[in-house]
Amino acid sequence: MNYEIVCGIETHIELATKTKIFCGCTTEFGGEPNTHCCPVCTGQPGSLPILNQKVVEYAIKAGLALNCKINTKSHMDRKNYVYPDLPKAYQISQYDEPLCEKGYIELDSGKRIGITRIHIEEDAGKLIHESGLTYIDYNRSGVPLIEIVSEPDISSAEEAKEYAEKLQLIMRYIGISDCKMQEGSMRCDVNLSLRKPGDPRFGVRTEIKNINSLSFIQKAVMAEAERQADILDAGGTVVQQTMRYDEGTNSVTPMRDKENSDDYRYFPDPDILRFCVDDKKVEEIRESLPELPFDKLKRYMNVLGLSEATAKQIFRYRMVAEFFEDTLAEGASVKNTANLIVVTIFSNMDTEEEKELFAIRISAAQFAALVKLADEKKINIGVAQSTLQKMLESGKPVEEFIKPEDLVGISDEALESLCKEAIDANPEAAANVRNGKDKAINVMFGYIMKKTGGKADIRKAEVLLRKLIRQ
Amino acid sequence: MRAGIYELAIRLRNREISAVELTKAYIDAIEKLNPAINAYVYLTFDTALKAAEQADQMLKEGDAPLLCGIPMALKDNICTDGIATTCCSKILKDFKPYYDAAVWEKLKAQGAVLLGKTNMDEFAMGSTSETSCYGAPLNPRNTNYVTGGSSGGSAAAVCANLAVYSLGSDTGGSIRQPASFCGVVGLKPTYGAVSRYGLIAYGSSLDQIGPLANSVKDAAIVFDAIKGGDKRDQTSVDYDYGSSLAECLDRDIKGMRIGVAEEFFEGINTEIKSKIEKAIKLFENNGAVIENIRLPALKLALPVYYIIACAEASSNLGRYDGIRYGYRTSSYTGIEDMIVRTRSEGFGDEVKRRIMLGTYVLSSGYYDAYYKKACLIREEINREFDAVFENCDVLVAPTAPNTAFPLNHKGDSPVEMYLSDICTVPVNIAGVPAISVPCGEDSRGLPIGMQIIGRRFGEATVLQAAHFYEQSAGKVIGDYEGGAGI
Ligand SMILES: [Zn+2]
Repeated sequence: MNYEIVCGIETHIELATKTKIFCGCTTEFGGEPNTHCCPVCTGQPGSLPILNQKVVEYAIKAGLALNCKINTKSHMDRKNYVYPDLPKAYQISQYDEPLCEKGYIELDSGKRIGITRIHIEEDAGKLIHESGLTYIDYNRSGVPLIEIVSEPDISSAEEAKEYAEKLQLIMRYIGISDCKMQEGSMRCDVNLSLRKPGDPRFGVRTEIKNINSLSFIQKAVMAEAERQADILDAGGTVVQQTMRYDEGTNSVTPMRDKENSDDYRYFPDPDILRFCVDDKKVEEIRESLPELPFDKLKRYMNVLGLSEATAKQIFRYRMVAEFFEDTLAEGASVKNTANLIVVTIFSNMDTEEEKELFAIRISAAQFAALVKLADEKKINIGVAQSTLQKMLESGKPVEEFIKPEDLVGISDEALESLCKEAIDANPEAAANVRNGKDKAINVMFGYIMKKTGGKADIRKAEVLLRKLIRQ
Repeated sequence: MRAGIYELAIRLRNREISAVELTKAYIDAIEKLNPAINAYVYLTFDTALKAAEQADQMLKEGDAPLLCGIPMALKDNICTDGIATTCCSKILKDFKPYYDAAVWEKLKAQGAVLLGKTNMDEFAMGSTSETSCYGAPLNPRNTNYVTGGSSGGSAAAVCANLAVYSLGSDTGGSIRQPASFCGVVGLKPTYGAVSRYGLIAYGSSLDQIGPLANSVKDAAIVFDAIKGGDKRDQTSVDYDYGSSLAECLDRDIKGMRIGVAEEFFEGINTEIKSKIEKAIKLFENNGAVIENIRLPALKLALPVYYIIACAEASSNLGRYDGIRYGYRTSSYTGIEDMIVRTRSEGFGDEVKRRIMLGTYVLSSGYYDAYYKKACLIREEINREFDAVFENCDVLVAPTAPNTAFPLNHKGDSPVEMYLSDICTVPVNIAGVPAISVPCGEDSRGLPIGMQIIGRRFGEATVLQAAHFYEQSAGKVIGDYEGGAGI
């Protein structure tokens, strides 16, 4: 039997603010256990939270980038539950007045996946199990999070992956999080149910918790949809429960149920005043947003004229896109800049993380100096590539590798006299060309390349050679 | 007459007495009397003497603040760095915070000398201080009676002259009611006037720290020292009171509009009623204008208070799980078992009752009917107070419907005990300031307190009215014989 997938995704993203959401402790990842802590983030008696305004700002950025409405009036709630990693026995979160609501992400197909809400909250600490004992590290306790809840608009595993991928890219672009799924700075929970096509009612849903890679999202959705379909086909009913995805066996299994019921007894946190975000502030934040990734992609293709394949490779990484645009700003050509980045620079970067970080040893200006030599045909693309590689390895500017005299040899005048020289040195080959044996021109190409150390523009040389031979 | 802070400050500056001598006099008195009264649960004599030495040094150097070298006490729910702070609960047994509460930071910087931590109802939940895990403090005026609560130890210490002044906390009357039972002055400031940073929370939207002292002037001096905004407490406000309140007490009350709401007098003991009425007459005879006003929502204040305070408490007290600090059960089978046993063994009955009540009113299905409704009524009570204060400068009311109870009197009936907070809780709900000043004794010689309530940040007017009464009424209660004798 065929079923329709009804899927929504809840995404937790750690915000890259310098300090925690309610105290001055650093949010830095790692560090000796319990060294990034204070009375507030370990819930000491008598301590009080102070809301970090940067967190509010970052969440508004996320909301604007996801086309949300920003609620100008908002407040924090307490979500009460008992777990050892939660030092106050409540998480400060937002319940009925989230900061942002009603946005969307547009998929490549043009379909929009609705964003129900975005709210801010604090992260919990971490349990560490070691040799039969459990330790608690509160370094992560109080690290700011946003939770982004989608509408159940996702109807395939591919859409689920694309949604998460696009969300990750947008959040990275606006600079509010590194969204590293492996390190847990982006975590996805997938809600999924099946229904018969056309049925307006929703089926019983399950929740797959804490998926930590984009490809696992796709696989988990497929595995869970299959599991539910098998149950329904056999005439059974799906049980509403919390599941986990095991990447080793590519299967979805129920998690051990916590004793806690779902009654979190939310109520407004009396320690934190209601807060207002005025329209002026929202507009300021909107102004400060960079060009969003999919606007950039369109511009690269439609205005800059890049091919879809190249444009996609560059826009995916914010730092790369920045470097690309900085190089263009120095007067380098679109085509050569893009090609040199994609072919040469990327060949030095094996992983997504490296491209994401884009730690290279030359500046955009230095890169532009090289690209412009190629643009002006003072060096050919092969030389540009090999020189760029040397620049990347040494961090030295182009002048270190290409001397002015190297360039003189291939100026238009120099090339013409070099062509004459080639014809004179190979009269036989020249005659053959004149008599229609076209391949003989290669002899003269070889001569020119040898003389110039491969720096001559071979197409220009061909035009010149044919002109000179015909004369 | 016992010396006030101001007189002591002069004697210290005239070298009639040193801070060390003064401190030693209080230490002697505590050693002698505290075993019988149980006002203090933790004594800090060593650090007190060191602080006194430093205070003497500051005094010698000149320009010392008014509270320099004055021995005082803190309620056991106010955090003191390295000094036990237990809320008189087994669950915080031996707990030593590693930071100071904002109020203690301020007083310490002024050269205050801390004698110890005072007894209280466990987690400030109670009206008699009998829920303390250390046993109840006894009323120094008659040790067969309770001190009131929850700041009972703070009131008893001041009453018995085992401290010049003390700090308490007031969530539903916990400063004013024991002040009234022990015959001392107690000020609950406006919500937000004093930082709550380092005050172990009971009902966060109601809690406020304030002074207990022997006179209105002393209370004003201490309030001057502890008030002010704090960036560590978002609910605190840096209100500009203009000047030192202690220096502006002598205002003529002629023309002061004093509101009297009949709702405050329903079900009040007749002896108390007549003393308050006498006090109102005194105000009137001196030129105050008495306005009879109505506060119809007041009858709902008690349930609103117990719903909101317990709801907040149920959440605030969730953190006591035996994992990071405080008491931990000795044997357990797993983490959940450990938490359950720790809390079952660590909390007393009244605390458990309020946690359960609070958990219930926040539960889904009951939230709208209880917590949400209580918040709506709270807004209505606030509106009524706002309206009243458009026509009145202060309100006068009893502090409590009764004088001190005999020990163990009402332990079996929580609701009856809750009713004794009827006059004080509306003030916390509205977040306004109020003071309790002694205004007489009942036929058993137990003190009666009069409450003067002001508008938000109207402490100056409240203190002026109270000071005027104190100065004009003459001797209304007997002196307590004993204590430090200074
Ligand atoms: Zn911290």
